[in-house]
This record gives sequence, C-alpha cells and structure tokens, in this order.
Amino acid sequence: MTKVAVILFPGTNCELDTVEALGNLGADAQIVWHSDSDLAGFDGVVLPGGFAHGDYLRTGAIARLSPVMKGVASMAEAGRPVLGICNGFQILCEAGLLPGGFIANRGLSFLCKWVDLEVADQGSILTAGMQRGTHLRLPLNSYEGNFVAGSREVRVVLTYRDNLNGSEHAAAAVANEAGNVVGVMPHPERASADWLGSADGNLLLGSFLQAAAA
Amino acid sequence: MAITRRPEIADPEGATVKKALTDLGYNEVSTVRFDRSITLEVEGDDANRARERAIEMCNRLLVNPVLEDYTLEVEA
Repeated sequence: MTKVAVILFPGTNCELDTVEALGNLGADAQIVWHSDSDLAGFDGVVLPGGFAHGDYLRTGAIARLSPVMKGVASMAEAGRPVLGICNGFQILCEAGLLPGGFIANRGLSFLCKWVDLEVADQGSILTAGMQRGTHLRLPLNSYEGNFVAGSREVRVVLTYRDNLNGSEHAAAAVANEAGNVVGVMPHPERASADWLGSADGNLLLGSFLQAAAA
Repeated sequence: MAITRRPEIADPEGATVKKALTDLGYNEVSTVRFDRSITLEVEGDDANRARERAIEMCNRLLVNPVLEDYTLEVEA
C-alpha cells in the first residue's frame, strides 16, 4: 500500500481532510508531526493547508525551519512526489523547493469559493496523464493566494480560468523543473466526492498517488 | 530594519489605501506602499558585528528576497 506522510505543523488545519481523501483513494496516509525529521519509509509527502505557525512573519516563513522540512527536502531531491496544498504551497516557496512567493489577493478579498481551473502542463506528479486544457473545479480558500514569480522561470501546472486573486501567469499550481514538487493553491482534498460539490480533486490526488507508488 | 516590497511587486494593500485617499480628495497621492519595520535589541558592544549578524538574519529569515528588499541601521 502506498504510504504518504501528511505533515502537521502547529496551525495546520486540513490534515484530516487530506488523510481522508488520500485514504479513500487507497493510500495509507499518516499524520507526521513537524518536529519529526525522518520520512524514511514514506513514498510521498503532502503539506496540507492551514496557518502553520500562525502565518507569523510571512506565510510559511517559520514552518520552513521545522525539522521535518529536512525530510521533505530529501524526498524532493530523491525525486519522490512532494505536494503542498494552499499554506503547504506557501511553505514550499519559502523553503526554496518551489520558485516564487505570495502576496495578498488582488482587491484584498479573502477568497472562499469554487474556482474553475485548466490543466496547463501534464508532466507534473499532480497532472500526469491528464490532457492539457482539461477543466477542473476545486474550492479556493485563501487570502495570500496571489502568486508572484518575481523574475524566476516558473512551470505552471494549473491555471485559473478567472484569475480572481491576481496570480502571475494565472498560476493555481506550480511545479519545480523536475515536476516532482508541486504546490496547488485550491484544495483538491475538499473536492474528493460528488456530494462535496466536485470529485475533481481525486484526479489530482490520484495522479500524486500513482507517482508515489512508482 | 526597513523591509520594503520590491518595486516590481504589486502592493494590493497600498493600492486600496491609495484609492481611499483619492476618494477623500487627496489627489496628490500617487503611490502608497506598505512597508514593514523590525526592531531587534541585541547584546554586545561591537556595532560592526551586530550589523553583520543582522544582515545574516535578514538573508536567512526576516526578508523574502523574491518579494522584498531591506535596509538596516544599527544604533548604540
């Protein structure tokens, strides 16, 4: 069974939804506390959403110093799949595992709504095997969701069809060059059953699990 | 430490406050930027060393070079 570590920082609040969604897809997802640095035995790792360390200083800035981030960096380096969702995406940027950073949404609105996305790159662990241009519907739930690439090259994996938060390249998900580290701002784990409003998140999490099983 | 947003990075908060100032009739305001300042109290009697260490702290934690620039002053 594919074993996935779901990292819990103080202030993370999407870990149970993430474990549930991954479990429904057949994975053995286990919560790992942020002070554990060893991720040996796990096939992949997810940094779920929330407000790690209260978002103090900058979102993700303190979380990246947690011992577990050494294990996350080792997994990334070894080519294992690493997925950051929402606040997890911000942490991966602060940790330098993904390019870019985040500022407040355009218009300063906290955006909590369903958004339509489009697959822009089918080469990442989040979108493997999906057709470019495929539409997905996921819930967005963030204030600092406005992605800034700076002058860096960015591999955009998913785009917003309506770029409400003002992200550069309309980027909703971004990968590293190798495609094994991905950050996604909307929440695939909250779109994991039809009765939740959409099951499109399962396509993304399923792709992640396939990469983890490989 | 004065931490400023890099000029090419949008400042949504600044833009919103600029609009509010314009609504109040302050049409002379062309830009509003929200910067941050951080004050550290440190032990020691070597200002140069304090500065070096503070620069290191900025680079390692306090400033995100993707989004921000900084300047710092040391006072005895």
